[in-house]
Amino acid sequence: METLLRLLQQDSTAPREELARQLNLSVQEVNQRIAGLEQEGVIRGYQAIVDKERFDKNTVTAMIEVRITPERGGGFDRIAQRIAKFDQVVSCYLMSGGYDLMVVVQGGSLREVASFVSEKLSTLEPVISTATHFRLKSYKENGALLVGETPDDRLPVSP
Amino acid sequence: MNDKIAAHVRDIPRSGIRDFFEVVQSMHDVISLGIGEPDFATPWHIREAALFSLEKGRTGYTSNLGLPRLREAISSYVGRHFGVDYHAPSEILVSVGVSEAIDIALRALLNPGDEVLYHEPCYVSYAPSVTLAHGVPVAVPVREQDRFMLRADELEKRITPKSKILLLNFPTNPTGGTMPRQELEAIAEVCRRHDLIVLSDEIYAELTYDDAEHVSIASLPGMRERTVFLHGLSKGWAMTGFRIGYACAPAPLVEAMMKIHQYAILCAPIMGQDAAIEALEHGEPAVKHMHEKYELRRNYIAAALNDMGLRCPVPRGAFYVFPEIRSTGLTSREFSLRLLEEQKVAVVPGPAFGPSGEGFVRCSYATSLEQIKIAMERMAGFVAGLQKRAA
Repeated sequence: METLLRLLQQDSTAPREELARQLNLSVQEVNQRIAGLEQEGVIRGYQAIVDKERFDKNTVTAMIEVRITPERGGGFDRIAQRIAKFDQVVSCYLMSGGYDLMVVVQGGSLREVASFVSEKLSTLEPVISTATHFRLKSYKENGALLVGETPDDRLPVSP
Repeated sequence: MNDKIAAHVRDIPRSGIRDFFEVVQSMHDVISLGIGEPDFATPWHIREAALFSLEKGRTGYTSNLGLPRLREAISSYVGRHFGVDYHAPSEILVSVGVSEAIDIALRALLNPGDEVLYHEPCYVSYAPSVTLAHGVPVAVPVREQDRFMLRADELEKRITPKSKILLLNFPTNPTGGTMPRQELEAIAEVCRRHDLIVLSDEIYAELTYDDAEHVSIASLPGMRERTVFLHGLSKGWAMTGFRIGYACAPAPLVEAMMKIHQYAILCAPIMGQDAAIEALEHGEPAVKHMHEKYELRRNYIAAALNDMGLRCPVPRGAFYVFPEIRSTGLTSREFSLRLLEEQKVAVVPGPAFGPSGEGFVRCSYATSLEQIKIAMERMAGFVAGLQKRAA
């Protein structure tokens, strides 16, 4: 099961026949297992890994460190969930260390991200402070190197 | 000039694999299943350690036997994984790949005319290395119906008063064969009875699948004192270009091998040795990751070959499958050349690994699954075409 998940995480578009052959399973068994993982909520969706710089030079991604006052009873969860619901937020994590939430925000322009931070995020009452870091360049995205290594230059036949 | 070449060198035939290599190299867009090295680049943390070593200016000779810290790391790794303890200062020699270690072990042990037994099909260098060391190579054919294991009775049949060494390579290049404990114990018994020295090339030990246990013959009772355990970083750690192998053996034998090594080689390159320390101390997750990839590809390629009608019992080791191609009515060489010309897929004809490889071809799955998929489609088309023409 673990191996199937790893294969799907590497390439969720791999044909089921190919997965089946690698795992010594029937296609039907593979389908059943994947359906099971989806139902259990282990698999939450399937997405393409996009090199955004090639696709749209204007896209802006920012990592925002947010410090918040935890609520009595609710802790960080309620405010974190509120933040996570904004469409601009791509990821949102509770962190250890000098700040509380890491909020990854994506926007069509610098201004869009800036206004989200100043108008939406900072104005939430429990938010004490924010520190916004803009992404300049991506080298690796979800485990995929965006700047590759030299292609296979091994001898075509070797002992 | 030919008459000036030493007779025992002149008489060694050109390697069959080299012939085939030249044909493949002259063609474009070939998908090669003929490659005997990992397709993975060396894990980054190991490459990074090699860079760090260069940055620190570690660019000189090392002690002949190899860096003491590397020998300690080897001793600990071999003890942990193979259950045999070797004294790092006196029983371990770091070589330039296992090939060098085999060469110096043979040269250290053989008097002219001594016989060396080895199972065949086998790695291309064994018989020539024996000849170059003035020994006499004696092949013991292994069979597909025995899953390419070496049988004790077949071995014993070929023992003469001149027999001195048994050369083992499990998991095997090119067959992927492995030796379960029980079969290996029978071989060990023959070696003890006939006082044979064993050179055990276990370079593919980490690449053993289906939870099969890899057993080193050195770990069996009464065998450590008569075995040269040979291993290296090339395959399991994807470090072929670093050229680091090692030999573990009783001190007098290591001392004898060292005499040759120090004059011929001096020492293995320090950058490779530094990288090998990192590999042995921290490389296990990366080895595990590659192992999983190989195992999945093996499942895929063996199923695909069987589906197209080429008999291919699923091998338990290395990164090769060795399907039988007799059903096509072609020889191994004809099959390989026509597959290459008609479908641009390169496999290696079995006889490149000794005459008993006739009727088989070696397909390496040290190539990406994408490439394997295309190669299998083309090969299936080729085999179906042959059957159609025959019908």
